[in-house]
Amino acid sequence: MVHKKTGALALVAALMLSTSAFAQDKRVVTWNADYDPIPLAAAEALIADFEAANPEIDIQLTNFDHEAYKNAIRNFLTADPPDLANWYAANRMRPFVEAGLFADISDVWAENGLNDALASSVPSSTIDGKQYAIPYTYYQWGIYYNRDAYAAAGVELPGEGGVTWEQFLANCEKFKAAEIDCVTTGSSALWPVAGIFDYLSLRTNGYQFHSDLAAGKISWTSPEARAVFAEFAKLQPYVTANHAAIDWQDAAAIFVQDKAAHYVMGNFAVGVFKEGGMTNDNLGFMVFPEITPGIARAEEAPTDTIHLTSGAKNPDDAKKFLAYIASAEAQSKWNAAVGQLPTNKNAAVDPADPFLTAGFQALSTATGGIAQFWDRDADAEYAKAGMEGFQQFLVQPDQLEAILERLEQTRLRLYPQ
Amino acid sequence: MAQATELTSAGAGQRAARRWNQRTIAPWLFLAPGLFMFTVYVLWPIVESVTLSFYDWNGLYNRDGEFTGTFVGLRNYAELMTDPAFETSLWNNLKWLVLYMAALPIGLFIAIFLNQTVTGIRLYKSLFFFPFVISQVVVGLIFAWFYAPNFGLFYLLTEAIAGQGTAILADPDLVTYGIIVAGLWPQIAYVMILYLTGLNNVAPDQIEAARLDGAKGWRMLWYVVLPQLRPATFIAVIVTVIGALRSFDLVSIMTTGGPFGSSRVLSYYMFEMALGEFGFRMGYGAAIAVVLFAIMMIFISGFIWKMWRDEKER
Repeated sequence: MVHKKTGALALVAALMLSTSAFAQDKRVVTWNADYDPIPLAAAEALIADFEAANPEIDIQLTNFDHEAYKNAIRNFLTADPPDLANWYAANRMRPFVEAGLFADISDVWAENGLNDALASSVPSSTIDGKQYAIPYTYYQWGIYYNRDAYAAAGVELPGEGGVTWEQFLANCEKFKAAEIDCVTTGSSALWPVAGIFDYLSLRTNGYQFHSDLAAGKISWTSPEARAVFAEFAKLQPYVTANHAAIDWQDAAAIFVQDKAAHYVMGNFAVGVFKEGGMTNDNLGFMVFPEITPGIARAEEAPTDTIHLTSGAKNPDDAKKFLAYIASAEAQSKWNAAVGQLPTNKNAAVDPADPFLTAGFQALSTATGGIAQFWDRDADAEYAKAGMEGFQQFLVQPDQLEAILERLEQTRLRLYPQ
Repeated sequence: MAQATELTSAGAGQRAARRWNQRTIAPWLFLAPGLFMFTVYVLWPIVESVTLSFYDWNGLYNRDGEFTGTFVGLRNYAELMTDPAFETSLWNNLKWLVLYMAALPIGLFIAIFLNQTVTGIRLYKSLFFFPFVISQVVVGLIFAWFYAPNFGLFYLLTEAIAGQGTAILADPDLVTYGIIVAGLWPQIAYVMILYLTGLNNVAPDQIEAARLDGAKGWRMLWYVVLPQLRPATFIAVIVTVIGALRSFDLVSIMTTGGPFGSSRVLSYYMFEMALGEFGFRMGYGAAIAVVLFAIMMIFISGFIWKMWRDEKER
């Protein structure tokens, strides 16, 4: 029995050795990731570059299915931690940081001057004054609009700086008359409505309010919160009916078919719009209109990050690779391939892509701050309660008091005053 | 007994002891594999869930493999009492239980309808049985498309009739009924097949006798056929109750509990809380599971008691 087992072990070991025979003398860094095919290819290109510059290090990437990864990470961080793991910034990484599963990498930040180069992402990578993440990509949110729908409804196209909120709502009225949904969304997965709410909240009360609201510091029945819902109520009649039963991709179909004029979305949707037949000629991007005059403009840009695990077997080389991922050169390359924005301010953005340049422009001039997203800034449970409230308000605006009451109760339970 | 007391020799005593041993040990030996499985896969998880429901735990072990949860006593249960989402789930479970029972009369009706000899009846039977064979996930998808706003058949039908389409899955008041109808489709097929086999065993002489006595139609069904279908009805009730209480796949596929949680049922809420993207409150999820288990226990003990009684009567 024992013999058999050792025999089997030896066989497995031999098999593993034979696959990594070339890497025998190299120091191995393991990296667990959750990439789709395009980002995966981009990551493999980065690894190839890094290994060419550091021939003694071998980066071994294990790729997971995106959805399965969310559960897998909870197991492998304790059971069999890789050196590096993909995850998300801000509150999303907090449980792992607090359980001591992600390692403090403030030294990587300090030694490579990242506090300056990645300045816009410092707050979202920091917990209790220490950095736990290397942000390497983000993407802007904003309003994508369909020029053909504008033409069909006879509405004047938004200018260079977008439109005012009054103008936007007035346009919505015209779209409604032309039987075109002014704003479309598909909220069956909840998060798309959080994008709309976040922007209304950022434009009505500013970044600090958004951040405090997500942290449970602000009452849902406060006049400021009510002001956000008051703006939400103005938009509500113009949002696609039955959005609660459809996915964001279904809503993208409505948008592509010229049945909707605007879509409040992240830049990742551009690929879907273009697959649906839209081109740079009829697809436009603008920042969400200003609501309260004079409030510093803040934008949403969810950040993806890579983390060093506490159980890393080769932390020194892993840190070296993290420093490389943080560099302008690596970020330019990866983001150009994937069509997202680099977090390193010295990195380059493809000038031929109007949406990336517009997004880069919008984010780099966002003096109010960069928000992650409702479900990343807020605690998981609080985020879900909030998103259900937003969705319910869009379906049943007359239930406002009940919604606010319920959210306030949730807040008081999760954040005892 | 009298014979046994007469034989008082040592050998007989030994033999009796051995027989006693065989009589007592043998059943346990045969039961052992089953008991082992039952302990490991049923009893142990139940104990584990109940224990977990007294903790607040996010599902993570720390670097040293230590459990990171904290003991909170009955606080999870106290929270359940005031949780509106839990209340919604409970009500929805009740709706499922009551409306799922519609599978019984409909299934019986179809079974009686199909219980005849016409050419090709086998084909019709298999067609009616078809929805039970396909996966619940597929049923959920089919109905989700059927109800889908803008292009779903149901939506277009209501649009043609009422002028305005009804998107069942977007309407918080209708969504649960929409899912129950989807669930009934395979459930009716299941009940139908149970009754069809039951109808095969209905004694033809009794039917004959009843007919001679002038019974027909409803009276024949109620007084002659149905009493003979009692075992089938019993099984059908059990599978329908259990099917209603563990409704999870359809909710998960069709709405993921939405819109804003109006179609949640206990099993789905438990999953959301314990393993959903925004959950990972293992203790709270376990508390919901314990409540669901307690509800199921009411029915299960009822069934077991009835079976016990029937066995004894025999």
